[in-house]
Amino acid sequence: MLDANAEAGIRMGASREQGTHSTQGHPSDEDCVAEFVGATKRFGAVLAADRINLRIRRGEFLSFLGPSGCGKTTALRMLAGFESPSDGTVRIDGQDVSRVPAYARPVNMVFQHYALFPHMTVAQNIGYGLRQVRPKLAKSEIAARVDAALAKVRLEAFGARRTWELSGGQQQRVALARAIINEPKLLLLDEPMAALDAKLRGEMQRELLDLQRSLGITFVLVTHDQEEALSMSDRICIMGAGRIVQVGTPQDLYDRPRNRYVADFVGKANILSGEVLSRQAGLARIALAGGAQVLVPDTAGDTRRHVDVAVRPEALRLAVAGEALGEDAMLRARITHRTFLGDHTEYLLLAEDIGPFQVNVPRQAERALGGQRVGDQVHILWTAGTGLILAAEE
Amino acid sequence: MRAYAIAVFAFLYLPIGIIALFSFSAGRSASSMQGFSTEWYGRALSNPFVMEALWTSIKVAFLSAVLATVAGTMAALALTGMRGRLRVFFDTLVQVAVMIPGIVIGIAALIALVTVFDLVNPWLEAMSGRRLSLGMGSLIGLHGMFTMSLVVLLVRGRLESFDRAQIEASSDLGAGPVATFVQVTLPQIAPAILAGFLLAFTFSFDDFIMAFFVAGSETTLPIYIFSSIRRGVTPEINAIGTMVMVASLTLLIIAQVLLRPGVARAGR
Repeated sequence: MLDANAEAGIRMGASREQGTHSTQGHPSDEDCVAEFVGATKRFGAVLAADRINLRIRRGEFLSFLGPSGCGKTTALRMLAGFESPSDGTVRIDGQDVSRVPAYARPVNMVFQHYALFPHMTVAQNIGYGLRQVRPKLAKSEIAARVDAALAKVRLEAFGARRTWELSGGQQQRVALARAIINEPKLLLLDEPMAALDAKLRGEMQRELLDLQRSLGITFVLVTHDQEEALSMSDRICIMGAGRIVQVGTPQDLYDRPRNRYVADFVGKANILSGEVLSRQAGLARIALAGGAQVLVPDTAGDTRRHVDVAVRPEALRLAVAGEALGEDAMLRARITHRTFLGDHTEYLLLAEDIGPFQVNVPRQAERALGGQRVGDQVHILWTAGTGLILAAEE
Repeated sequence: MRAYAIAVFAFLYLPIGIIALFSFSAGRSASSMQGFSTEWYGRALSNPFVMEALWTSIKVAFLSAVLATVAGTMAALALTGMRGRLRVFFDTLVQVAVMIPGIVIGIAALIALVTVFDLVNPWLEAMSGRRLSLGMGSLIGLHGMFTMSLVVLLVRGRLESFDRAQIEASSDLGAGPVATFVQVTLPQIAPAILAGFLLAFTFSFDDFIMAFFVAGSETTLPIYIFSSIRRGVTPEINAIGTMVMVASLTLLIIAQVLLRPGVARAGR
């Protein structure tokens, strides 16, 4: 446990050096399908995108994740050609497309509310992109490709229907078929699941992944839903205030969030401030409020005295009583809420002198814990080497 | 309440109904019913002055409606793309234009046109020997300008319910601005444009007040009716009035059908 976390700390240090505005690893030009180079977008006084640098790898599923107003949609619209950067460039396949209008870019998009054409049938909607191709394609070819696209999204029987006769999920599949029929280099998805109910959303997510695998097209998704981003993406680009905060695989982001913003946004985390007492062998001894001391991998790679420490709810344990072993820390706390969630139970606690905590206890450990109720005193067990130190926010 | 409503509607529609009824009178009086015949319709349609005035009215109404539809649709599209105060300003201008009394517009247009003609005509005469005067051109221009506001209001209404993301979707799928307009925007606002055209046509066809001021030597059908009333009313006038009314009502009903929510469904 301790070794694994220490190693994580070293890896975290490595990714730190690349800084906020760079990607992890540099794909060769062959593998890079699109690229932002210092792309900045201003709307009057508002800085919607601030010096974005990112290389999108051919065939990957990349998500822009962040709250509304973080710049993720602006980034997507710069790829689509609906916005051109105020500064910097956007490249697709090595070509600077910053001033190329949307209709001349090899990129297609699935819109948030699908933006289907209500005066056309489903088949006419799907064939729209093919009908714009010059020189004109043969009618028979268009019909054949529309049929193939209908089959791909399992809507064979719906070609002659009007779009408003379809359910939300079906409309989304039409939007998808319409966007892939021109075989774009990039498929852009602007919160495509936002209008679907939870059950349908899961289904559509799996379908989207299958489709991406079978087509081999690069997908770029914009979402504010962290679960969606975590479950679907090869890589996630977390954005805040117009900037890229961290880019990495879902595991990277979960295990090694760069700073408080990422730790807060991806999964749940207990974030505590503390004071570094000593640094030794990759571990930092940190005093929390009230004097309790914990040993945390020294992940920030700097020499600050005051730091924020993050620890995931499932990395902590609960104990009724007893002594802490070795360097493990024990925090006295009172249970304020207890939510049974099937495979685990979520405890909200108030730790003495420190404040609120969340601890997730797996089903089996729950049995050993005995029937603790709201209001009972327990101990939070913080194993030495668990958690990480967050980088300072910019 | 119900009797009150009936009284109001009777007051509004009874005179019109009576005119229509009297137009089928066999006698010479325009204000009583003396037997039934369609004789006055035949007389009206074979009267060369009526037919000439009708032809003038149709030309003015058609050309001014074309002018209003093209300019009004372009204005509506531009207004929809606009934001902020400037848009509110222009929107208000359009709405106010519809509410200004016809007589005010008529007088204002007459004064403006005469002033401009007086300024320009010496130059024109010196250069080409021709001069501008009131007539067909000023009729079409004034009607076109006024009815343009109607078209703007109707087309704007339709564009409100039009999902602008469709334009981006079309562009995204490879259609340039012109192709997008022809394939996506135009088919969806076409009912409103057509309704606007019909309303503009009807308005121009029926207008007397504005036309009276700027018609110059031209005689439109409403002007002909007005001047012949001064010579005495015959059932022929009733017949002409009834025909004008039926034609106008037909166009208005078609316009209403085009603006129905059911047709608007395509705009969702």
